[in-house]
Amino acid sequence: MSGVSRRRALAGLAAGAAGLACPAVLRAGGAAARVVVVGGGFGGATAARWLKRWAPAVQVTLVEPAERFYTCPFSNLYLAGLRSWDSLGHGYDGLRAAGVEVIHARADDVDAAGRRLRLSTGQTLAWDRLVLSPGVDMRWDALDGYDEAAAQLAPHAWKAGPQTQLLRRQMEAMEDGGTFVMVIPDNPFRCPPGPYERAAMVAHYFSRHKPRSKILLLDAKDNFSKKPLFLQGWKALYGDMIEWVGLSDDGRVTRVDARRRQVETAFGQVHTAAVLNVIPPQKAGLIAERAGVVDASGWVPVKAESFETRQVAGIYALGDATLAAPMPKSAFVANTQGRLVAAALAAELTGTAAPDASFSNTCYSLIGPGYGISVAGVYRAEGGQIVEVPGSGGVSPADASAAFRAAEADYGEGWYGAICADIWGKGA
Amino acid sequence: MVPIPSSGLCAVLLSLALGPMQCAAALAAELSAPSVAVLAGGCANCHGPDGLSSSAIPSLRGQDEARLRARMQDFRAGRAGDATVMTRLMKAYDEAQIVALARWFAAEARP
Ligand SMILES: Cc1cc2nc3c(=O)[nH]c(=O)nc-3n(C[C@H](O)[C@H](O)[C@H](O)COP(=O)(O)OP(=O)(O)OC[C@H]3O[C@@H](n4cnc5c(N)ncnc54)[C@H](O)[C@@H]3O)c2cc1C
Ligand code: HEC
Repeated sequence: MSGVSRRRALAGLAAGAAGLACPAVLRAGGAAARVVVVGGGFGGATAARWLKRWAPAVQVTLVEPAERFYTCPFSNLYLAGLRSWDSLGHGYDGLRAAGVEVIHARADDVDAAGRRLRLSTGQTLAWDRLVLSPGVDMRWDALDGYDEAAAQLAPHAWKAGPQTQLLRRQMEAMEDGGTFVMVIPDNPFRCPPGPYERAAMVAHYFSRHKPRSKILLLDAKDNFSKKPLFLQGWKALYGDMIEWVGLSDDGRVTRVDARRRQVETAFGQVHTAAVLNVIPPQKAGLIAERAGVVDASGWVPVKAESFETRQVAGIYALGDATLAAPMPKSAFVANTQGRLVAAALAAELTGTAAPDASFSNTCYSLIGPGYGISVAGVYRAEGGQIVEVPGSGGVSPADASAAFRAAEADYGEGWYGAICADIWGKGA
Repeated sequence: MVPIPSSGLCAVLLSLALGPMQCAAALAAELSAPSVAVLAGGCANCHGPDGLSSSAIPSLRGQDEARLRARMQDFRAGRAGDATVMTRLMKAYDEAQIVALARWFAAEARP
């Protein structure tokens, strides 16, 4: 960046910080620019909070149906009995106090040409810029026999809420000696290490309450995030309780019979479960389709520098809904993308220079109390692509001491508190 | 948010024993305030909002700038014996980014 543009950027941000920013984008009548953010989860709530902080004159509206947002992160600890349900919930008073207008409704349709958003309440919102962070929706047509009704019998629990609580109740009702079967999809999907952390957390619960039980993981792929560390940790804490079957060993499930709690693999093996947890293939949240920003993959392609969608100018997308490989679909990543979108929009709307696009990730997974592992990565935009910074990142060492694993368990808990406070506010 | 005044950044670079010429050259390639804000955002994710932690992860806010810089350089070089994750993360950051981040968190004073 040249010295001149740098000084302009500084001046713009300084003005923004002092509440004096004069948005370059003005609507008829001279009102300040309005940005509407859809989705009050990890990506959307971050973008809304930081845009308001960096460009206070911009009117920021967040649309989210839930009055309390329950996080997927740490929902596996709830399944284990290590965390209360209430501790996963976060409200929106902190965002309101920060100056964000929060509307509890579902966004039903986007008029991209007219720059309007229609809500489930019948209300219509006008926007100058639209930000979509709707997370994932399940592909109900992708796995034979697994639709919304089937999910009431064989929960996915891949969105935190009633599904997670249903799965926990089924674990509690299961008799000792039963088999918990988890069906795991191919990439890309929300939270690559999530299923394997869940296996460990279910094993933690079984080892305390139903020690003769088994956990069978049927996986549509041969490799997964932190695989050697998970295999090592499962063995160390739970012996042979967890069995993982990958694609090459006929792990890919092609049919589900939720009523019988049976699944069938590609080569016709049938497995019967006492508790059946099916994580189906996923796609961007439905509203992204309505906005016309998804491509044939079902996900949203974005410009690496700003996360403006490639299909529609003025509409931005972030979080799990986007095609942002090599970044994983994680809450951490959604939070760093939210900061970038906020800074990019603040710069655009106040007429200052755009920020350099940088992102990062760390996913902590808990194997058991006092036993944590992590994977880290740092990313940046380069020539329109997202790249991982060479020579950085990676997983916890294979030969780490017990003290190292214990520290990472602690730090994982620290991470959860920090990111939630950063987004929803302290104690929210 | 605390913008980084150019003169202050130059002083930092000077304190790293760079001459005025190098300082001017380094400044031209320096990060803008919004770029540092985005960069520092990924740290808040663990170190707490604005770098103020309430967990086992250390706070960064208000720490001595030279110490923060030295710690980051040690992480990056693999010299910090207590590191679990910082070595892996810091390998991604160059000297200019480390200087800017140390300054950012040392200066950060918002409640
Ligand atoms: C079991 C599990 C464990 C996980 N653990 C971790 C972890 O330890 N660390 C980590 O980094 N990540 C973890 N993740 C991943 C993390 O949950 C996601 O990556 C993250 O939530 C993505 O953020 P997002 O903003 O894209 O979506 P979300 O956080 O899901 O937010 C989307 C929001 O949009 C709202 N919404 C959707 N459609 C509409 C609409 N039409 N109108 C209005 N609002 C709408 C939804 O109600 C929701 O609140 C885990 C995931 C799972 C399933
Ligand atoms: C995934 C969580 C995580 C992220 C992200 C993270 N840190 Fe850290 N940081 C830690 C932990 C944990 C420690 C303690 C050392 C260790 O275990 O690696 C630490 C220690 C530090 C220290 C030493 C503090 C002291 O008082 O000794 C500095 C400086 C630091 N981090 C800077 C940063 C900066 C700058 C960033 C952003 C670029 C960052 N960290 C991102 C977790 C994180």
